[in-house]
Amino acid sequence: MDHRSTLSVLRSQLGEQAFVTSEFRDNFRIEVPAERVLDALLALKDQAGFDMLAELTAVDYLHYPNARDRYGVVYCLLNTTTGERVFVKTFVNDPDPCLPSVFPLWKGADWLEREVYDMFGIVFEGHPDLRRILLPEGFRSYPLRKDYPLRGRLERHNFPVIPRAES
Amino acid sequence: MAVRPNENFLITQLDWLANFVRANSLWPMPFATACCGIELMATASSRYDLARFGSEAIRFSPRQCDLMIVAGRVVMKMVPVMQRIWLQMPEPKWCISMGACASSGGVFDTYAVVQGIDRFIPVDVYVPGCPPRPEQLIRAVLDIQEKVKRQGTLLGREFEERKAPERPRPLALELAPSEKIVAPGSVRTATQEWDVN
Repeated sequence: MDHRSTLSVLRSQLGEQAFVTSEFRDNFRIEVPAERVLDALLALKDQAGFDMLAELTAVDYLHYPNARDRYGVVYCLLNTTTGERVFVKTFVNDPDPCLPSVFPLWKGADWLEREVYDMFGIVFEGHPDLRRILLPEGFRSYPLRKDYPLRGRLERHNFPVIPRAES
Repeated sequence: MAVRPNENFLITQLDWLANFVRANSLWPMPFATACCGIELMATASSRYDLARFGSEAIRFSPRQCDLMIVAGRVVMKMVPVMQRIWLQMPEPKWCISMGACASSGGVFDTYAVVQGIDRFIPVDVYVPGCPPRPEQLIRAVLDIQEKVKRQGTLLGREFEERKAPERPRPLALELAPSEKIVAPGSVRTATQEWDVN
């Protein structure tokens, strides 16, 4: 797939130095710093025709070899006219991982951002309804973070017991 | 002319009669959350035909059932639902824990999956297997029938003695100190609170 037109849009909107591209097999990846990611996504949507947010997910790079940042957030974009796909990556860090919400750009980001918030605790500013989506509301941890124990912190045993005589 | 007694009568105990009718018409409530539910459906359908043992009337309303069959893994978010359904069933009632996941968590030893429903509700019969074959579930129903016939009473007195929780040792004792926390829990949110550090 040819990404030259996409690249020229990004260069004209963000400047030459604002992003790094790489390619692995047929995955074309654009790394953007967190403060420019909304500009990049806006340019990709409005000027390069990426009208679909196919996936939005995150990665915890704790203990990952040679990683500089804690969390990576990945936006998988699809241009439904040309079939072109790009992967926009950005990085955020503790103690306050935070990104602007892309809900105004793609309505499909609603639940995706909620899921990333639920599992990683990354806050999306401007999201209309940032609540937990899969876990119970009172859950206090973010289970896909690498420092969360696999068996949890006893949340699964915190229920009342019903003896036979009382039921 | 002498009065002859009617031939159509039988002398028995009320308990025996109650047990006889209860055991032979158990109404299962399917609490099927995973693949065990498929075997549960197979058990009830024509090939294995649970109707031979009087338990074919599967109802999806807990108010009409007296045998809860928990089939499949139960996650944290599901436990309050399961307990509520159990409490909604009218007495007398029994519970079958079907399959490895419902009985012990199975292979799913993660933060979200409950390690055996018997930690939170009483269980009468466990069925091993992953998933169990329909024959095993039929055996479990027959065991429940046997249990009812042996110790059942008309007013359900056999349940009154079981006041203590019939559960295994709390898993907290098996955890490393670093994973342990001591905090009051919240029933409403099914979660407990702790210091993150």
